Amino acid sequence: MIASPASPNVIEVRGLIKTFGLRPVLRGLDLSVVRGECVALLGANGAGKTTLMRTLAALSRPTAGTVTIGGWRLPDEAAAVRAQLGVVGHVPLLYTDLTAEENLRFFARLYGAAESRIAIVLARVGLSKRARDRVGTFSRGMQQRLSIARAILHDPAVLLLDEPYTGLDVDGAAMLDTLIRDMRSDGRSLVMTSHDLERSRTLSDRIAILNRGVIAQSIASDSLDSAALATLYKTNVL
Amino acid sequence: MRTFFNAVAAIAWKDLRAEFRSRQLISAMAFFALLAVLIFYFTLDAQREAQLLALPSILWVIVVFAGTLGLNRSLAAEHDSGSLDALLLAPIPRASLFYGKLIGTWLFTLIVAIVAMFMLSLLFNAALFLPQFWLVLLLGTIGFATIGTLLGSIAVQASGRETTLPILIVPVTLPIVMSAVRATTAILSNAPLVDWLPWLITLASIDALFLALAFVLFDFIVEE
Repeated sequence: MIASPASPNVIEVRGLIKTFGLRPVLRGLDLSVVRGECVALLGANGAGKTTLMRTLAALSRPTAGTVTIGGWRLPDEAAAVRAQLGVVGHVPLLYTDLTAEENLRFFARLYGAAESRIAIVLARVGLSKRARDRVGTFSRGMQQRLSIARAILHDPAVLLLDEPYTGLDVDGAAMLDTLIRDMRSDGRSLVMTSHDLERSRTLSDRIAILNRGVIAQSIASDSLDSAALATLYKTNVL
Repeated sequence: MRTFFNAVAAIAWKDLRAEFRSRQLISAMAFFALLAVLIFYFTLDAQREAQLLALPSILWVIVVFAGTLGLNRSLAAEHDSGSLDALLLAPIPRASLFYGKLIGTWLFTLIVAIVAMFMLSLLFNAALFLPQFWLVLLLGTIGFATIGTLLGSIAVQASGRETTLPILIVPVTLPIVMSAVRATTAILSNAPLVDWLPWLITLASIDALFLALAFVLFDFIVEE
């Protein structure tokens, strides 16, 4: 199920508050993402980007507020939400003692994905020739490529990318750029965090700047040039 | 229901496959068990009857400490590599994650218990491999692995987890260890069924209780 007829938003966050003990990280955050839209979340370290991503990924329970993804509400319908999500983090989330193929076979079983998808996603991230090598022998960039393959294995409707370029070389970054563009044109919704302002501007439909636990600015990417984005970022973050 | 069992099998397969490759857990646990048996062999200066009486306690103490060593390493590795998050992201019932991890932990503990039994039988010239004793071994190791996996999931999130798990696990597994030692002692001394059956029933009841508790509690334990 993707987006109820009443709302065009695939992701809808209203008044999201997340505290760790007495320390508030998200303070009444609102965010909407429509079908086929890519939103780039920018913000300084500690602004709450990863906390927001973990909450959207159903890894962290909201303290207050509502989070709905594909019409399913968190945390009550977390399993249904997880089935629609592909998540890439700055940590690869892989098993280094298993081969690339074994890792993907394992996750295919957990997600109920067809095994035929394994060869497809390995080719997509350029790792077909290393399918039977142990992940422990991979470079950091290759592990990140495999992590991307894991995230798209079950053909998710929503991709959450938390600093996904970590460790990728130029070719790897170009592969991810193409993947993000293809996912957008296929009607997938994406939320991406990055510290690379220019890449965020060119890949996304909208820039959302997170500051002190709220979205301080949300603006269409094509209305900004590089200098305007840098100024906007400095104004709202630094 | 099919999703549940499929996820349990996949997680157990993954743990066994990874351990088969690295042999990090089993070798550390078996080496610890071997050293512990040797220490007892060289230091237990007692009559043969007294030695035989002490064997069940020695065996189960080794199982608890070698098992704790394995649990600490297994769960810490999953937590530190972030791969626990990968499991939590999957659209599977959280309880299936617990039972999948439990199968691996139980099998590793069982293997180490068998290694310790073999060494004890050899060095102390005692007939430990009796048919009834396998039942005690199965129920005792299932109970230990269940409690260990449950408490390990809590301890792995705490600071100073290397000390937290042993502090938590020893008192909570005490009823398991006591029942297993009593049953083992009765079986080794050829006592009638009526003497060791109540301990087996106690073991089975504790196992069932913690297996059910894990089903209910695991979701809350891993929730951030």
